[in-house]
Amino acid sequence: MNIHEFQAKQILARFGVPVPKGQPATSAAETAAAFSALNTPRAVVKAQIHAGGRGKAGGVKLVSNAAEASEFADKLLGKPLVTHQTGPQGRIVRRVYVEQASEVARELYLGMVVDRKAECVAVIASTEGGMEIEEVAASAPEKILTELIDPVIGVGAFQGRKLAFALGLRDKQVGQFVALLTALYHAFTETDASLIEINPLVLTKDGNLLCLDAKMSFDDNGLFRHPEIRELRDPNEEDPAETEAAKHDLSYVHLDGNIGCMVNGAGLAMATMDIVKHYGAEPANFLDVGGGANSQKVAAAFRILLSDERVRAVLINIFGGIMLCDVLAQGVVDAAREVQLRVPLVVRMEGTNVEKGKQILKDSGIKVITASDMADAARRVVEAIGASPSA
Amino acid sequence: MSILVDKNTRVLTQGITGATGQIHTRACKQYGTQMVGGVVPGKGGSDFEGIPIFDTVEQARKATGANATVIYVPPPFAADAILEAVAAGIELIVCITEGVPVLDMVKVKRYLRGTKSRLIGPNCPGVITPGACKIGIMPGYIHQPGDIGVVSRSGTLTYEAVYQLTQLGFGQSTCVGIGGDPIIGTGFIDVLSLFNEDPGTRAVIMIGEIGGTAEEDAAEFIKQYFKKPVVAFIAGQTAPKGRRMGHAGAIISGGRGTAADKIAALRRAGIHVAMSPAELGMTMKQTLDGASA
Repeated sequence: MNIHEFQAKQILARFGVPVPKGQPATSAAETAAAFSALNTPRAVVKAQIHAGGRGKAGGVKLVSNAAEASEFADKLLGKPLVTHQTGPQGRIVRRVYVEQASEVARELYLGMVVDRKAECVAVIASTEGGMEIEEVAASAPEKILTELIDPVIGVGAFQGRKLAFALGLRDKQVGQFVALLTALYHAFTETDASLIEINPLVLTKDGNLLCLDAKMSFDDNGLFRHPEIRELRDPNEEDPAETEAAKHDLSYVHLDGNIGCMVNGAGLAMATMDIVKHYGAEPANFLDVGGGANSQKVAAAFRILLSDERVRAVLINIFGGIMLCDVLAQGVVDAAREVQLRVPLVVRMEGTNVEKGKQILKDSGIKVITASDMADAARRVVEAIGASPSA
Repeated sequence: MSILVDKNTRVLTQGITGATGQIHTRACKQYGTQMVGGVVPGKGGSDFEGIPIFDTVEQARKATGANATVIYVPPPFAADAILEAVAAGIELIVCITEGVPVLDMVKVKRYLRGTKSRLIGPNCPGVITPGACKIGIMPGYIHQPGDIGVVSRSGTLTYEAVYQLTQLGFGQSTCVGIGGDPIIGTGFIDVLSLFNEDPGTRAVIMIGEIGGTAEEDAAEFIKQYFKKPVVAFIAGQTAPKGRRMGHAGAIISGGRGTAADKIAALRRAGIHVAMSPAELGMTMKQTLDGASA
């Protein structure tokens, strides 16, 4: 789960990570008021969307009075902002963040992620602040510093010093960096974060460290421990079908093709998308109904699939282990009746109670194209949209 | 022959009275697995269909001589259940639970260091040596004893592969679902090392998916050390970047972990990669026919 910059900064501030003073605003008038409340000669107004590259896209501006602040907010709010991460349609800006401006002497990079290979939290730091870290990794890998954090020990002060010196920090900044890194690690572990990115971390002209930008993502599996973070979810930043799917505990990802797919198990669901492509069509989605799905859940999945206007045929591929084929079949029949199925439906079922399941589909009177195996199913669904299977 | 589990494996169920624990303990027992005890804090002294229940893993181990355990407890308590099994000295711990926070797994992995316990999972279907021992949620009847090893990050896609093998007359030595999470107890290389030394395994099917670099690392290992034919499939060739595809570990991040990279690495290591999931069994048949011809 992702959150906005201003939310990330609020969380980090709670853990003692230094961030500039700021205030979110949802209208031009609020923006002007926020500027005045900050009582600062200059502020930065920043568009709040879940995407990077806002500065280059014109979503960030330095302002020196309330009128300028409100004028810029007026230009942004309610309109899409297109950055290199949003896609051509952009994201609607619904909120800006007004923040005290800082005098920047140097820009650094500081990140924290769960390192899959090292199986612990890794700190990534670089002198190349303000650049995308992937670009730095590609062009100047020697400029990327990594420290692995032992979960028993936490951040060792020596690790903080090592990074600080390597980043060219001196004197009191070294101690400041160690404290900042320690606070950041607490914020990470105590919120079940999966990523924190401070880009840039700046050294101000008066010699202090400050997080000028902040991005936080969280481990969805850890959210049960953090209801207050779950509250920060912004449905405007998410696909409505995906939000609806999440309510039913279904795992759904919207894609660009026209073959709707319903599968049990994430691996099989990906493999089903792959085989659709293999036979020359494009999947409309990834949808895993899970292992223990009941007929209501299957019906909900079916409705979500068919809510996508582009779907021209549906492929159901179930290998019933825990999930019983007869339960699945009943769910499909219920849902097909409810939504008045308007596109061809191909079903491939294998596993527990498969004969009972096939009988339910047959007796329902709903037009179902049954397939004998995965390849057969993919061929049939491609034919069903009037294309010729390519493999 | 087989790896990890055989007919002598004595298995506990942690979370035996939950809905999932009940269904699968019953199914594993029916399959012939020695289900020797259950653990539910506070229910010690009772039983589940004749299987004695204990308050702690330590008590259960002492009373039953169990050397393996399977965990079905919900995500908030799963890491603790694993730690309890490690502390009690259980050799093989299979955690089926999906949704364990990744930072819990960071601690679990640290705790496992230097112990004799091996963890499989979490978020996995389990381990089966067909005809001898089934620990987990896979449908037993699709398997058949034989000499093909199966190792996979997926659940149902593994069933698909096993089903194809069985249909073509290839039985399996042992099938290991290592789990779809970013941090897991036992990885591809660990399982491949066991298959390498197992005289009962002739060839291996390896099923990977997008995210991380476990498949690339396994490819390098196979190239250097693995003595038997390997057939592979990578799920997620059509997955978009930056989106989590169901499994917590199935995400292409920072441009890394794509199916294309993994397939290329596997091919460089001389591994036969099936491009369609429907061709897994057939690719194995062709590989073995080719090897014997």
